[in-house]
Amino acid sequence: MRIHLTVWRQSGPKDAGRFITYTAEDVSPDQSFLEMLDVVNEQLIKKGEEPIAFDSDCREGICGTCGFMVSGIPHGPEPGTTVCQLHMRKFKDGDSLTLEPWRAEAFPVIKDLVVDRSAFDKIIQAGGYTSVNTGGARDANAILIGKSIADAAMDSAACIGCGACVAACKNASAALFTSAKITHLSLLPQGQVERTTRVVNMVAAMDDAGFGSCSNEGECEAVCPKGISLKNIATMNREYWKAMLAD
Amino acid sequence: MTLDSKIPSGPLAQKWDNHKFASKLVNPANRRKHTVIIVGTGLAGASAASSLGELGYNVLSFCIHDSPRRAHSIAAQGGINAAKNYQNDGDSIYRLFYDTIKGGDYRAREANVYRLAQSSVSIIDQCVAQGVPFAREYGGQLDNRSFGGAQVSRTFYARGQTGQQLLLGAYQSMQRQVAKGTVKQFAQREMLDLVLINGQARGIIVRNLITGAIERYVADAVCLATGGYGTVYYLSTNAVNSNVTAAWRAHKRGAFFANPCFTQIHPTCIPVSGEHQSKLTLMSESLRNDGRVWVPKNKGDKRHPNDIPESERDYYLERKYPSFGNLVPRDVASRNAKLVCDDGHGVGESGLAVYLDFKNAIDRLGHDVVAGRYGNLFEMYEKITGENPYNEPMRMYPAIHYTMGGLWVDYNLMSNVQGLHVLGEANFSDHGANRLGASALMQGLADGYFVIPYTLAHYIAGASIEKVTTDHDAFKEAEDNVQSRINKLLAVKGSKTPRQLHRELGRVMWDDVGMARNEKGLKNALAQIPKLRDEFWQNVSIPGDQNNLNKNLEYAGRVADYLEFAELLALDALTRTESCGGHFREESQTPDQEARRDDEHFTHVSAWEFKGVGTAPTLHKEPLVFEEVHPSQRSYK
Repeated sequence: MRIHLTVWRQSGPKDAGRFITYTAEDVSPDQSFLEMLDVVNEQLIKKGEEPIAFDSDCREGICGTCGFMVSGIPHGPEPGTTVCQLHMRKFKDGDSLTLEPWRAEAFPVIKDLVVDRSAFDKIIQAGGYTSVNTGGARDANAILIGKSIADAAMDSAACIGCGACVAACKNASAALFTSAKITHLSLLPQGQVERTTRVVNMVAAMDDAGFGSCSNEGECEAVCPKGISLKNIATMNREYWKAMLAD
Repeated sequence: MTLDSKIPSGPLAQKWDNHKFASKLVNPANRRKHTVIIVGTGLAGASAASSLGELGYNVLSFCIHDSPRRAHSIAAQGGINAAKNYQNDGDSIYRLFYDTIKGGDYRAREANVYRLAQSSVSIIDQCVAQGVPFAREYGGQLDNRSFGGAQVSRTFYARGQTGQQLLLGAYQSMQRQVAKGTVKQFAQREMLDLVLINGQARGIIVRNLITGAIERYVADAVCLATGGYGTVYYLSTNAVNSNVTAAWRAHKRGAFFANPCFTQIHPTCIPVSGEHQSKLTLMSESLRNDGRVWVPKNKGDKRHPNDIPESERDYYLERKYPSFGNLVPRDVASRNAKLVCDDGHGVGESGLAVYLDFKNAIDRLGHDVVAGRYGNLFEMYEKITGENPYNEPMRMYPAIHYTMGGLWVDYNLMSNVQGLHVLGEANFSDHGANRLGASALMQGLADGYFVIPYTLAHYIAGASIEKVTTDHDAFKEAEDNVQSRINKLLAVKGSKTPRQLHRELGRVMWDDVGMARNEKGLKNALAQIPKLRDEFWQNVSIPGDQNNLNKNLEYAGRVADYLEFAELLALDALTRTESCGGHFREESQTPDQEARRDDEHFTHVSAWEFKGVGTAPTLHKEPLVFEEVHPSQRSYK
C-alpha cells in the first residue's frame, strides 16, 4: 500500500509549526501505524533529516504513552484502540491521512506530535490515591468486596492516561480522566475515608491545570481506547455535589 | 576480591527477621536530612520512592518517561504470586520459596528467595489497601488462579492488567508523596553516568530529554530500578524504550554484572510478521491454563488448523509432561516449541509458530466464561493478526521477555559499589536461571516496599558519608564523560540508522545467543558484535542536535551501550557450559533433550568486573550454598 501523510512539524514549543507531506511506500497490512511511521522516519534519517517525533513505549496499548490525531480522531478510526495497536489493514492503498498532536492548553506541544501531559500527574497528586503508608495494611481478605463492585472499580481503573479524551473534547476537558480515578476509588471501601476531600481537590486541580469544563457531549467516551464510560463523569458530578452539600 | 553476599546466619525462616532487628535505624527526625536518588519508576522504583518518602527521606525520583506511570511494569498481564493459601490447596511460604528455587533451576540464593516468599503476603495486603481492584469471587473474597509452573492457585490478578493496576497503586502512592514534598519527581530524564566519591555512589548525571541539558544530582545513596535488558535482542516483549544504559553505565563505574546469560524466553508471543516489526506482543501465560498447545503430526502440514483432525494433532506438552501438561515452566515450554518447529512441524507462513487452541475450553466452559477470562487478550490478538481466536487456534512463538541477570547485589540489595542499591529486574538476585510466571511483580514490589526501607536505612546509618555538592570534581569528570560521548555520537554523521544497527545486533543475539546456545554460535557472536560496534561508531546517522527532544539521539546512545553489553552476555553464555533454566547449552542436555545442569562446576553466581570496552572482563564467582533444598534435576513429567 501507499499512504499519503500530512504531518504537523514543530521544532519546539516556540516554533509556530506547519504541515509537511510525506509518502509511506510499500506499507504492509500487518504493520502497526507506528511501525509505518518508523519506516518513514528511517528514510528521513538516511536523508539526514530529523525524523518525526512521536511518543510510544509498550506498543501494546497499555502504557498510554502514544497518541496523536489521525485525520481528526485521537488514536485513529478504529474504536477502542490506541494508535500503537491500530494496524494498517484498517486502511487502503492511496489513503491520505493528517497527523496532528493533541491540541489543548494544558498539553503544550513539545515537538511535532509530542505533548506535555504532566498536568495529569498534578490531578492525581491532588488526591488520586488512598492515604495508606506501606506496612500497616490488614489482611487482604478482611474486607469483602462484591464481585460486581470490584468489576466496576476495575472498569474505571482501566484508564491509561493517554489524553485522548482531552484531545477529543472541544473544551479540552479532563473530566473523563479525572472522573475515572474518582469513581474507581469511591466504589471501594478503601476509598471511603477520603471520598469527600478527594473529589473536591481533584476537580480543583483539574481546573487549575487549565483544562476546560465538561459540556456532556461524549466525544471523550467515543475515542477512549479503554472504553471508559461517560457514567464516570456523572458519578464525579454526583460525588462533587454531595461533597459540597456535606461541607 | 571476594563477594560477600551478607546472608544472615540462623535458620532460613528467621534470617530476615533477625536481620531487620540487627539492622541500624535512622532516627525519624534525621531522615529528611538524607537524600536518596531512585532511578526508574516501575514497580520497584515507584514502590521504593513512595515507601522511602513516607518514612521521611528526601527522595529524588527519575524516569525517562513523560510520567512515572508509563514504566514497563505496566504491561505485565497475568498476575502476582503470594503465599496466602486463601484457596486451602496446600500453599505456604515454604512452598512458594521451594517452587521459586526449583523453578530458577537452583541458581538463586536461598535466603533471598525465602525473604521474597515471606514478603509476598504483605504485598497483597498493601495493594488492596491502596485500592488495587483485584479480581473477586462472588462472596467478596479475592480470586486466585494457577499460573505457569505452579500446582497451587496463588496468583492474584486484575483482569489481564495486573501490572497496570499494581503500578498505578505504587504510582499513586508516590504522587501522594510528591504532593507532600518528600519525593521530587524528575520525568523525562535519562541517567547517563553514576558519580562515585570516595568509592561511594553519590550522584548521577542525567540528560533532560526535553531541553537536552546535562544535569547533576547529588545524594547519600543511589538506587537503580531501571529494569532488564531484553531489548538487546531488538525484538522482545519489552517496551521500545526499555534499555540497559543506566545499569551498564554503573557497571562501567565498577558495579559487577551478574549472570547476564540468564535470559527468559516467553513461550506465548504473537509470531513475527515481517522486517518492519518493532516489538513482539506477549499473550499472557494464563492462556495456557485453558488453551492446549499443539502442532500437526505431519511435517509441513499446510491445512487450516480447523481441518486437521484430532488424530493428526500432536499435543506435545501433554504427551511429554503428563503431570504438568500445558503448564510446564516457561523455559521448558519455549524450548519444546523450538524443537517441534526445528523438526518441521511449525505452522503459519514462517513455520515458526505452534497452535494454542481454545476449542475444548469453549466447548467445556462456554463462550462467555472463556471471554470473561481472556476476552481482552483475544481482542488484542485479533487486532494484531486479524484472526479470531474464538474460531481458530492462536499462533504462538517464544520471544525474549525477561532477564534474570542484572547488577550483582548482596542480601541488602547493595551492589559491590558502596551505596549503590539495585532493585527489581535490574538486579540478579531472586529468580536464578529462570523466573516463574507472576513472580516479577512480586519481586519488584517486595524490593521496593519491604526490603529497601530497612536495608537502605542500615547503610545510611552505618556509612560515613562526606558532605559534598555537585561542584565536586567527580561530578565534573562524569559530566564531561557524558558530554564527550554525546559529541562523539553526533559527530559520526554516517549513513545507517540506529534502528538498522540495533536490528542487526538483535539478529546475531537471537540466532547465536537465543533459545539454544552452543560454543560455535557463541564464538561467532563474540566475533560479530565488535564488528557491529565498530560499524556503529563509523556509520551511525543522528540528524539534529542535542539541545532539544531528539529521540534518535537517545536511541543511539542506548544501542551503543547494547553493543558493549551484548559481548558480556555472549561471553557469560560461553563460559557457563552447563544448561540451566533459560540458559540452554546444546552441549549439556539429557538424552531426552532436557537441560542438564553441572552442579559441580557451576553452582555459583558469575559476577563480571568491567575492564574496558573490548577488554576481557574479570570473572568473580559467588558460590551458592544450599542448606535447605537439595538441588535435583528438575522434572515436570
